[in-house]
Amino acid sequence: MAMTLAEAIIAKHTKDPVEAGSICRVSVDFAFTNDITGPPAIKEFRKMGAKKVFDPARCAILPDHFSPAKDIASAEQIKECREFAYEQDMLFWEVGRVGVEHAFLPENGLVLPGEIVLGADSHTCTHGAMGALATGVGSTDLAAAWALGETWLRVPETMKVSYEGTPSEWICGKDMILALIGRIGVEGARYMALEFHGEALEKLGLDDRFTLSNMAIEAGGKTGLINPDEKLLQYARERAARHFEPIFADKDAVYAGSLTIDVTDMEPQVAMPHLPENVKPVSEAAGTPVDQVFIGSCTNGRISDLRSAARILKGKKVHKKTRLMVIPASYEIYRQAMKEGLFDIFLDAGAAISTPSCGPCLGGHLGILAAGERCISTSNRNFVGRMGSPKSEVVLAGPMVAAASAVAGHICHPKEVMA
Amino acid sequence: METTLKGKAWVYGDNVDTDVIIPARYLVTSDERSLAAHCMEDIDETYAKGVSKGDVITAGNNFGCGSSREHAPIAIKGSGASCVIAKSFARIFYRNAINIGLPILECTETDRIAKGDLIEIDLTKGTITNRTKGETYHAKPFPEFLQSLIGLGGLVPYVRARLSE
Repeated sequence: MAMTLAEAIIAKHTKDPVEAGSICRVSVDFAFTNDITGPPAIKEFRKMGAKKVFDPARCAILPDHFSPAKDIASAEQIKECREFAYEQDMLFWEVGRVGVEHAFLPENGLVLPGEIVLGADSHTCTHGAMGALATGVGSTDLAAAWALGETWLRVPETMKVSYEGTPSEWICGKDMILALIGRIGVEGARYMALEFHGEALEKLGLDDRFTLSNMAIEAGGKTGLINPDEKLLQYARERAARHFEPIFADKDAVYAGSLTIDVTDMEPQVAMPHLPENVKPVSEAAGTPVDQVFIGSCTNGRISDLRSAARILKGKKVHKKTRLMVIPASYEIYRQAMKEGLFDIFLDAGAAISTPSCGPCLGGHLGILAAGERCISTSNRNFVGRMGSPKSEVVLAGPMVAAASAVAGHICHPKEVMA
Repeated sequence: METTLKGKAWVYGDNVDTDVIIPARYLVTSDERSLAAHCMEDIDETYAKGVSKGDVITAGNNFGCGSSREHAPIAIKGSGASCVIAKSFARIFYRNAINIGLPILECTETDRIAKGDLIEIDLTKGTITNRTKGETYHAKPFPEFLQSLIGLGGLVPYVRARLSE
């Protein structure tokens, strides 16, 4: 039977019959938590009577959400994670050597093509861009995977999304995924896998592909898969921490649905409060004032994102009444941005640069909003209270729109500040 | 686990996300009671103080969308609510609720339930009786594998049994 990428990966990891809708017991190649989902996972792991994780080189805890510890309670949570990691001899990195989990793990070759990966973080779907069936679970499911080296998965139906055409210079992966979520809605892919295709996707750099896969969950998806191509395989081979075998969808696979998005005349997209599906072309939101701009997160904190923001900000100043937070998603990205002189551009513009962390994305720290404030953010969620006060607002956008809005002090198309 | 549940309804709409069920600013603990004190706070300030043991949360589509935080079903369970009935659930919340033993039911007729209606649930039969309106609704049955997981008491006893094999 011809298989979608999700089906083909599951089939390599199970003895059960694989068809959309069936439940399979699958082996897990890598399982991780962060500093928020870690402590409950540790508690459940103990309750299960488990003594050792199934393979310490394939189990990890990444302190990235409330780290560097933002207060005493967060420090206690990170300490609990650290002590468990040392007891188990599993993977753990201190601040200064870690990063936002979904940027750091691929950089370090710890998520690889053809694998099944579980993360106790909903944005684990980001790793679908590596050609891995990666999906978010809760802490108890993650603890079970640590204990058994396996999990159960419902084989998802797959929706094929083809990006066709040639985009303008103002379009990035964020615009492409927002356009999709605007079209199918926040539950348009509920329980399903998304599989991205098309000529515009093939030309997309890896950073932009991570952005696409990252927001599959915002359409309700289990994961956002991309078939590995030579560009991806070369990246994976250079960094792989272990042997891997890429898996591909069959050419004649049957999809539960398919749709095409033409990027040729696409305008940059923004998602207005308070749902990621409230998507508009930027021109329809232009002029809306912003108090804060956040460039970072597992969605858009990678080097290409910082480069495109810097391209807009070079030689310009952030608006007097606006503050710009730039947070590279990992130390590799941080160093690269520094080497390329991007930090000078950001600092000259009047931005704040912080250490890698999820930071304000989920209202943790490093840029919380007061009541009545609005932030345009390159992150992934704009729910009520997501970045601070339940009376604040978050608008989602790509790094170019975010940078341009920082200069203008209101939402604007990047071409306007470049004119 | 009790199979007959009874309480008044707290009614919400579509896309209730885990950030409003329990905002991230409270995720510096996973203690059930501490989380319950802030449950639903960002969409309903009256919930945490007004909820009584056994009460039922009802909602539209895609309940529990967003973050994977298990703190969300933990907060609901800790608040005393006995069950969540929604037209549909986001997949991570669905797994999490089953794993921690918070009863959830998928039912297409939640629009018929009004705030404060007295609801009685028979989990074994999958029936939801609205005592206030004198109506009965039917929940979608769980897949066989999940029924066995629920029967075992959730994922922890399942793993415990597997480890002792």
